[in-house]
Amino acid sequence: MSAIGIDDIEGAIGVALYEEVGEFPVEQGYVWTTCSSVENGNPLFWDPEVAEEITGGPIAPPTMVSVWFRPHHWAPDRSTPGLPLQIHFDLKEGLGLPEAVMSDNTIVFHEPVRPGDLLRTRQVLKSVSDEKTTKLGTGRFWVIDVEYRNQRDDLVAVESYTGFGYRRAGEKVGA
Amino acid sequence: MTIPTLLQGQVSVGDGLPELAYPVTATTIVLGALAARDWRPMHHDKDFAVNRNGTRDIFINTPNLASWFERYITDWTGPFGRLQRVTFRMLGSIFPGDTMVFRGTVTDTGVDETGCGWVALAIAVSVDDDPKTTCTARVALPLDADDNPWARSGDRWTP
Repeated sequence: MSAIGIDDIEGAIGVALYEEVGEFPVEQGYVWTTCSSVENGNPLFWDPEVAEEITGGPIAPPTMVSVWFRPHHWAPDRSTPGLPLQIHFDLKEGLGLPEAVMSDNTIVFHEPVRPGDLLRTRQVLKSVSDEKTTKLGTGRFWVIDVEYRNQRDDLVAVESYTGFGYRRAGEKVGA
Repeated sequence: MTIPTLLQGQVSVGDGLPELAYPVTATTIVLGALAARDWRPMHHDKDFAVNRNGTRDIFINTPNLASWFERYITDWTGPFGRLQRVTFRMLGSIFPGDTMVFRGTVTDTGVDETGCGWVALAIAVSVDDDPKTTCTARVALPLDADDNPWARSGDRWTP
């Protein structure tokens, strides 16, 4: 992990970083918890016979793809909580932008994700804007792509995030 | 069981999706954040949300909102509907006490070069008619009763 400062941006764009394997396999329990949280009764996720008939067995909801990479809040060999989308936090730190929001998010879905899959991912910084001022504060927009593959190297999804890191009005640079 | 099946040919540009209204509570938000493994405090700690993020309360996290949009879409398509791509634009936050309302319309339909039928959707979730997040989506639908978009892979799946 390292901060991405203003002088590092050009060299960081287009470079695959943070290639990692998920901390745990895709699991049915989280599928049910997520479906329950939004009251999603799609029988693909609740009825094994329907899943077998339509998708050749159970699958996870496609929009859950990033869930499988959010680190445990605590793990025994780690002293600080892990951060998903690490490039986002590297930019915040390196550019001295203490606050950030995500504004746009595109996900393209490829092969289905199934319980038991162990996914891996990598992050690519696509762009960083010049400094802009919005109602939130002054900062920069950035686009980060996250590519997801399963243990067979099948592409399962590509997610593009647009983030805005900023300082609130009156906040000092690097605060 | 009888599986509901929406065929691509049954859909026309301008068709509306059934409206979904849902009263949001703190439980909705915390349950959704934990389901998405999003431990960030603005989704469960009101003091943090108010004093650090400058929002009026905790708010729904983006990954869980994606799950809400998926549910809204597949409530309409049935299980044969297969998402190809979604794009979200976050315009504002959704807080406890809000009633979020999902509305969507069909903006385009087609069949790609591999023979896969699809429809394009424009969806928004609003509170008091103020859009909080918009979503454009492309969803594959069966062309007939023997077609199944989920059977496609490799070169036959071009989302």
